[in-house]
Amino acid sequence: MNEAILSARNVRKTYRSAVGGSEALRGVSMDVYEGESLAVVGRSGSGKSTLMHLLALLDEPTDGTILLDHRDTWELRRSRLNRARNKTFGFVFQQFLLSPDRTVLENVMLPLTIAGLAPRVRRERAMATLEQLELADKASNRATDLSGGQKQRVAIARAIVGNPRIVFADEPTGNLDGVTGGIVEDLLFTLNREQGIALVIVTHDDKLAARCDRTLRLREGRIVTDEVAAA
Amino acid sequence: MRTRDLVRTAAGSLFRARARTLLTVLAIFVGAFTLTLTNGAGTGINRFIDSTVSSLGSSEVMTVVKRSDADVAIETDGPPVYDPDAVTSDQPGPPTTTTVMTQADIDTLAGIDGVEEAAPIRSLAVDFVQYGSGTRYATTASTLLPGQTQERTEGTAPDGTGDARQLTIPLSYVDPLGFTDAADAIDKSVTLGLTDGAGADQTVQGTIVGVTEDTLAGPAAPGVTVNDALSDAVYDLQQVGLPADQVDRWSQATVQYAADITPEELTALKDRLVDAGFEGRTIADQIGAFTSVIDTIVLVLNAFAGIALVAAGLGIVNTLLMSVQERTREIGLMQAMGMGRARVFALFSLEAGFLGLLGSILGAVIAIVAGTAISAALAGSLFADLPGFTLIAFAPGTVFAVIAVIVAVAFLAGTLPALRAARKDPVEALRHE
Repeated sequence: MNEAILSARNVRKTYRSAVGGSEALRGVSMDVYEGESLAVVGRSGSGKSTLMHLLALLDEPTDGTILLDHRDTWELRRSRLNRARNKTFGFVFQQFLLSPDRTVLENVMLPLTIAGLAPRVRRERAMATLEQLELADKASNRATDLSGGQKQRVAIARAIVGNPRIVFADEPTGNLDGVTGGIVEDLLFTLNREQGIALVIVTHDDKLAARCDRTLRLREGRIVTDEVAAA
Repeated sequence: MRTRDLVRTAAGSLFRARARTLLTVLAIFVGAFTLTLTNGAGTGINRFIDSTVSSLGSSEVMTVVKRSDADVAIETDGPPVYDPDAVTSDQPGPPTTTTVMTQADIDTLAGIDGVEEAAPIRSLAVDFVQYGSGTRYATTASTLLPGQTQERTEGTAPDGTGDARQLTIPLSYVDPLGFTDAADAIDKSVTLGLTDGAGADQTVQGTIVGVTEDTLAGPAAPGVTVNDALSDAVYDLQQVGLPADQVDRWSQATVQYAADITPEELTALKDRLVDAGFEGRTIADQIGAFTSVIDTIVLVLNAFAGIALVAAGLGIVNTLLMSVQERTREIGLMQAMGMGRARVFALFSLEAGFLGLLGSILGAVIAIVAGTAISAALAGSLFADLPGFTLIAFAPGTVFAVIAVIVAVAFLAGTLPALRAARKDPVEALRHE
């Protein structure tokens, strides 16, 4: 087994509301290993999105800890967490979240811009990534001018442009039809296989989950099954 | 994110929301335009007053009068005691009584510590000026005080040292006296007429060396300016036939002091003058009243412009709050990708600063163009009699200060929306519809 990049240890998350607390996670322990593809499945309200947000260090658990490379993230400063998200993680969202008025190239460069790379370097890297994903001819198009499948491929390019170790994908094919969804899935698994980027895919699509190395099923804030797919 | 990228991103966001940016900038523009114009008017008027100072006399000279018992009485209480020596001053403004000075007073003045030179101001009572046998025109005569300058269209200033009797005449006298133009008047001899102490008519000849323009601070009625030689001649004729107790009586004197005097030393000198029974006023004292009135008017106008600026600031708050709301998901995305809260804050503050900078530069530039045009138009019409007067002038320092203040106001207005953006929870922001 590979090394664990991210680990959740007895993680609880309670959302406070007017009528008291609602427990989204009730003690979850799990690991994300280097280079694996992990599907997190469950009905809506099962806590799968909350788990992803905690693993991606976008939110803090109410109780328990998240470990990044075996280091307790409670001990890390905010700036260090920001850097970890920028360098270690990539994000793909159901709604693509591209800036509509900017060009494809500018969208893809965004993580590198935030990282503070020189304009020439980030342009070269973004172009290389777009070429890899066969989107080079769209580089100067506006993001709004693309089809849904193209938008999600641009979002994937943006997620991997900084050579992350993990890509978090939240319902990556949720807004796409079967054919384009399949293309996007193929792209994600190719990147997983060829570049060793770990995938954490949050989905309720069982077919997509079945393509992953491992499936984590959540119900009412608890892990009910943790299955490794038969190779 | 690099600062340069922050700047570029902020500018890009403003450019994309063009209509909204334009309207907000217009609101700031109004404030900037007004502030620049009102300050420009203040600068213009005060600059003209300052330049007029040198035509009134140099800064190291003050006018001295002898304090009458009436002055002293006002400072104590009760009605003033009648003073048979009191004469009415011929200075512009409400009549004030002063006590005549004699040579003994001048000697006293010269003896006061800090006084380098004291001289009486002789009032010259010229009745008319005449060229050849033409029409006689009523006029007044004066000499140039030390350091005083004139605005001339033609010729030179009267020579203060020579024996030649010289004078300059105002431009408005050129045509009536019978000269074809200002140049034609130069080197011509004219006659000055006066009444001597015994009531007899007297005349004296002088040569025109220059033609002057009228200025704001010039004499109430335009008159001729004579050199010392001609002044002596006129004065000597005036004294003819006067009773002995009225010869060499003056109402005012000038006192010269060191050019490098400090304000404290000047105050001390004035105190010494008061102790000796005199009262001295410098040009700055006389001008100060004007300047403070102008400054007050500018201040009031600026207060109105400030209200416009407050409204513009609220416009910035509104614009940026809308922008933050609309770009919630973008902010969440940038935070997810590792952009720190400080940088998010900086991004929106920069947008506010840009709005301020755009509006203020636009306002300042257009105000300068408009102000210059207005000044030029007025200089040719309403203020044609005031050569050298620019109603609205622009000092770079003041204009930059206006821009700096507006940018600061914009930054301040931007802090609320920027804080709201920086405090967004990335998870919530990413879910935002």
